[in-house]
Amino acid sequence: MSRKVHVQTQINGDSIEFLCEPRQSMLEVLRDDLDLTGAKEGCNNGNCGACTIMVEGRPVNSCCMLGVEAEGNNIETIEGVASPEGLHPLQQKFLEHAALQCGICTPGFIMNAKALLESNPNPTEKEVRFWLAGNLCRCTGYDKIVRAVLDAADNGDDDL
Amino acid sequence: MQAFEYVAAESLGEAISLLDKHGNQARILSGGTDLIVQVRENRRQVDLLVDIKKIPEFNEISYNGSLQIGASVPCYQVYGNEDVQRLFPALVDSTSIIGGVQIQSRASIGGNLCNASPAADSIPALIALGASCVIQGPNGDRKVSVEEFCTGPGQTALSSNELLVKLVVPKPANNSSSFYLRFIPRNEMDIAVVGVGASVELSSDHKTFVSARIALGAVAATPLFAEEASNILAGQPVSEESIQTACSASKDVARPISDMRGSAEQRKHLVGVLTKRALNGAISRIKETA
Repeated sequence: MSRKVHVQTQINGDSIEFLCEPRQSMLEVLRDDLDLTGAKEGCNNGNCGACTIMVEGRPVNSCCMLGVEAEGNNIETIEGVASPEGLHPLQQKFLEHAALQCGICTPGFIMNAKALLESNPNPTEKEVRFWLAGNLCRCTGYDKIVRAVLDAADNGDDDL
Repeated sequence: MQAFEYVAAESLGEAISLLDKHGNQARILSGGTDLIVQVRENRRQVDLLVDIKKIPEFNEISYNGSLQIGASVPCYQVYGNEDVQRLFPALVDSTSIIGGVQIQSRASIGGNLCNASPAADSIPALIALGASCVIQGPNGDRKVSVEEFCTGPGQTALSSNELLVKLVVPKPANNSSSFYLRFIPRNEMDIAVVGVGASVELSSDHKTFVSARIALGAVAATPLFAEEASNILAGQPVSEESIQTACSASKDVARPISDMRGSAEQRKHLVGVLTKRALNGAISRIKETA
């Protein structure tokens, strides 16, 4: 076992310090040490996107990032998406369109779709499908997810 | 995952001295999208990961007579760069299809090169563009062309105490453009069965090839510069016939294997098809921007 490293970071707007071994992925730190279990472990090799978080405003697979790399970074997880007043429009649209069945892939889809709408508020269906190619869903067949994201993009909500 | 130490190097000098001290047991960490998975799956043994992302020069991308891409610059910054979009479209083609957007947020073009997969998408594009690697070690720096950088699957020209600092892509000539494409059985998120990059320079009336560079991926132990196929085109008319001759010459240098992604025979065939499309793609871009 290697010496633990002290890491100082921002997660969902809060200043967070943690100790981790260099071999721990950011996903393991979030889930096992910080009790932020919203990001899911699917493939653990960068294919499925279930562990997607935002690092410095960009979507990344937290399984392919080390916890120690988070030093000084601004991180957002699915736990920070809804506000105290209610769900984020994307979360609301996922419910309305029944864009989930088992739900394991959903946090990753929401995080990556949020990243898309922040950089491209009115994507085409093709752009949505390509952007979400790094997220796998084995239940829905994707169509309901794509509809939900397009609907969330259409509602003109400035908070997106 | 196996235990290892981690250092976020603060300077190039620190990174080199760590490599010099730890030798093969140390590995440079950039985006980590290949390395972290390899370490987790015990496909690579490491004692130390040296993170170079906090060193400013590794993150710089700039165009000033030539394009300079720091070894850690992630894919999304390559394809999002206006100079790259304007002058080096084959780099946009290739970096925008490496993994999904989450991978592109971290995966670097330098890492794609150092991982030295025969099927790496950015390497044929870099070879077609005549790019070279700036390598630094304890005794100074040296330059190696991209086609000489990979020496086998996962093997590179780097010594254990050297690292890739940046890639340098020369200024494209007037009336030139570039193109990269690959064959995969899906629409995205896959590994190339065959990939082909091409850069083309035409005469000002667009009727004659001045020069061309064709590079092939996933058809040999390393990405290949199809030198003869490239040279054949110089001075030839822009015609179906000359392109077909170059395609045949490309097929001649391909030495593919059969594996789960495709048979050797299919790959040979694809080299011809994709070489034609890559050349025509580059030619169309020249005409569009004229």
